[in-house]
Amino acid sequence: MSTIIHPDHAAMTGAGEVALSQPMKHVRGLSDRTIAWLFVAPTIALLLAINIFPLVWMIRLSFTNLNLSMSYLPLRFIGLDNFTDILGDEDVWFRLQTTARFVLWSVALEMVIGFGLALLIKRQFRGHSFWTTIILLPMMLSPAVVGNFWTLLLQPQIGPFNHFISLLTGVPASSFSMTGEVVLAPWTIVLVDTWMWTPYVMLICLAGLRSIPDYIYEAAEVDRASAWRQFWSITLPMTVPFLMLAVLFRAIENFKMFDMVNLLTSGGPGSTTELVSITLKRAAFEKWRTGYSSALAIILFVTVFGAANIYVKALNKVKQR
Amino acid sequence: MRRLKWLGSAATSVALGAAVLGMFGGGEAAAQGKQLTLCWAAWDPANALVELGKDFTKQSGIEMKYEFVPWTSYADRFLNELNSHGKLCDLLIGDSQWIGGAAENKWYVKLNDFFDKEHISMDDFVPATVVGYSEWPKNTPNYWALPAMADAVGWTYRKDWFSRPEIQSAFKAKYGRDLAPPKTYDELKQVGEFFQGREIDGKKVYGAYIFTERGSEGITMGVTNALYNYGFSYDNPKKPYQMQGIVNSPEAAKGLEFYKELYKCCTAPGMTNAYMQEGLDAFKSGQVAMQMNWFAFFPGLYKDPNVGGDKIGFFVNPAGPKGHFTQLGGQGISVVATSEHKDDALAYIKWFAQPTVQQRWWQLGGYSALKAVVDAPDFPKSAAFAPQFLESMGIVKDFWAEPSYAQLLLDMQKRVHDYVVADKGTSQQALDLLVKDWTKVFKEQGKDVASQ
Repeated sequence: MSTIIHPDHAAMTGAGEVALSQPMKHVRGLSDRTIAWLFVAPTIALLLAINIFPLVWMIRLSFTNLNLSMSYLPLRFIGLDNFTDILGDEDVWFRLQTTARFVLWSVALEMVIGFGLALLIKRQFRGHSFWTTIILLPMMLSPAVVGNFWTLLLQPQIGPFNHFISLLTGVPASSFSMTGEVVLAPWTIVLVDTWMWTPYVMLICLAGLRSIPDYIYEAAEVDRASAWRQFWSITLPMTVPFLMLAVLFRAIENFKMFDMVNLLTSGGPGSTTELVSITLKRAAFEKWRTGYSSALAIILFVTVFGAANIYVKALNKVKQR
Repeated sequence: MRRLKWLGSAATSVALGAAVLGMFGGGEAAAQGKQLTLCWAAWDPANALVELGKDFTKQSGIEMKYEFVPWTSYADRFLNELNSHGKLCDLLIGDSQWIGGAAENKWYVKLNDFFDKEHISMDDFVPATVVGYSEWPKNTPNYWALPAMADAVGWTYRKDWFSRPEIQSAFKAKYGRDLAPPKTYDELKQVGEFFQGREIDGKKVYGAYIFTERGSEGITMGVTNALYNYGFSYDNPKKPYQMQGIVNSPEAAKGLEFYKELYKCCTAPGMTNAYMQEGLDAFKSGQVAMQMNWFAFFPGLYKDPNVGGDKIGFFVNPAGPKGHFTQLGGQGISVVATSEHKDDALAYIKWFAQPTVQQRWWQLGGYSALKAVVDAPDFPKSAAFAPQFLESMGIVKDFWAEPSYAQLLLDMQKRVHDYVVADKGTSQQALDLLVKDWTKVFKEQGKDVASQ
């Protein structure tokens, strides 16, 4: 039977102090290490539950024949069959090539335009804040919104994009479809991604440019270095770590790009713009090939993780220079 | 204290009132608080079903809640729900192709005993809908759904344009025959070519709208209409799952070529990824002379103030050189096995199967599959598209309904879109690759796939 001490009474008699001091004694008996573990335990448990456990489970599933649309079939351990299937599948390699091309072109364009914009924005000019805000708008939108409204903008008959091109070139607006033609569709997804994410690259570059101390430029001017020389000898080398960071962020993001491209082209025409993430989604949630898609997800994870690690090592070397 | 007494007597009155209502109000009060969730696609017939469902609530007292999902994510959403044994839906109007998977995975409640008990006979329904929506294995008396929404691919055309004397004479001068709704695929192409790029009322119009959507099922549901009529079959009727030389027969390749020709010659620009809604938009905005679409949309189109009424006509999917078929659409209504309200859900199905309810379903814009409704002498005159619907339901063919249907469908989407829209390879190569894909899927499913 427990005794309940009324707080008022406890305060008067000092009984509360006795009651409270009991657990405190226990806490006092714990080592710092144990207390630290107690504090981080909930976070670790959460991470284990939502990150590590699914990852381990996925690795396990990748060695099985599990297909959720046929869950009545016996679950079999099939070794590396899913992995050999994927790596021997011509289509998967095509999708990887499509993804690589998309990543390469979109990141390259975002870097060039983003860096250019950052150089412009760094100069304090009239309306500087207003234009900065305008430039940043696209990256604040949701990729789903961007995908939907670009679909309308690019519509051959009513979309303003085709009419604008028609105005410039004289080619009839409805004679070409940016999302429906094999030659144009890959460039369209690059264009839209560049439009959306260049501001992000610009922000990183701007941070890099603003981190260069003014006295270096002043010293260069004393040495009569031209603006061009200053750019090549000061600006570019000192912003390289930031540029490399931007490349890393954008490359990882674009490697797993799904939503915007899915809304713009659904991977079409045919499979022209089917990025590997779309293939993965189709395998996992449309074909329900759970074992196969787990293996594909692992392959992609290892690819990105490996490439990012090599890149980070290179980035660290650049920083040390 | 007086206030408490007053509250007490008020509560007693309410309780008594409720008891009296319970005695005289029958099921309604008894079922108070009961609720059923019905899941389906978000489209015109779903609105008609909501209207119809009000009668059920009035009679049973069971509230109906609806979960309607756009067609493009309908399969993803509900198959995910079924796969994960979710309890969102008590009743599901699932696509015809899901029946195999739903039966094998026991996602649906088997309805044989219930049908026997309630004297619901599948002989009372249009045979194609029973095979298409209810049976698994096909052509066996194992029922997993009640045919709910009969549907097939049909065509609409601009009757007002077709009847204009200047257009009539221009067509006759070019093709030596009267301009009329096409009966064959060759005629369809001629009419499409005739209207393509033509100026009508100062506006450039296009020949035909056909399904080309890549993401879900669009282009497959379109191209099969041509394939069937050119001699395509899913497998050898005598040797199930034998596809080599059947799926990729030279005739089937010609059918695929025809669909591509139709796409190239006669569709509006930008229709590279278009399905039901894009077709409706194109037709309603006066952009196309002919539109391929599901019969389910025709009541809404007929009511359209701009293109409906006298301006719209309907025709059955034209015949090809090797036959006359059309793609089956539509769905059956099933009780989800994980539902906690199975009895109420079965009560809904019992109510829905009644001839009077089916008649009202048709009047509201749904498509009944009950013979008593569609075989009634006045049925062909009950709607402008009723005769075409009846004829279509007699010539339907459906896509695979195997448990692996999603894989089979996505493989076909890819191969056909690659050939028709992305100009990749030849029609023969596309179908050869499709046979390869499908063979792999069936082998994984453990089927004995004969190669020759």
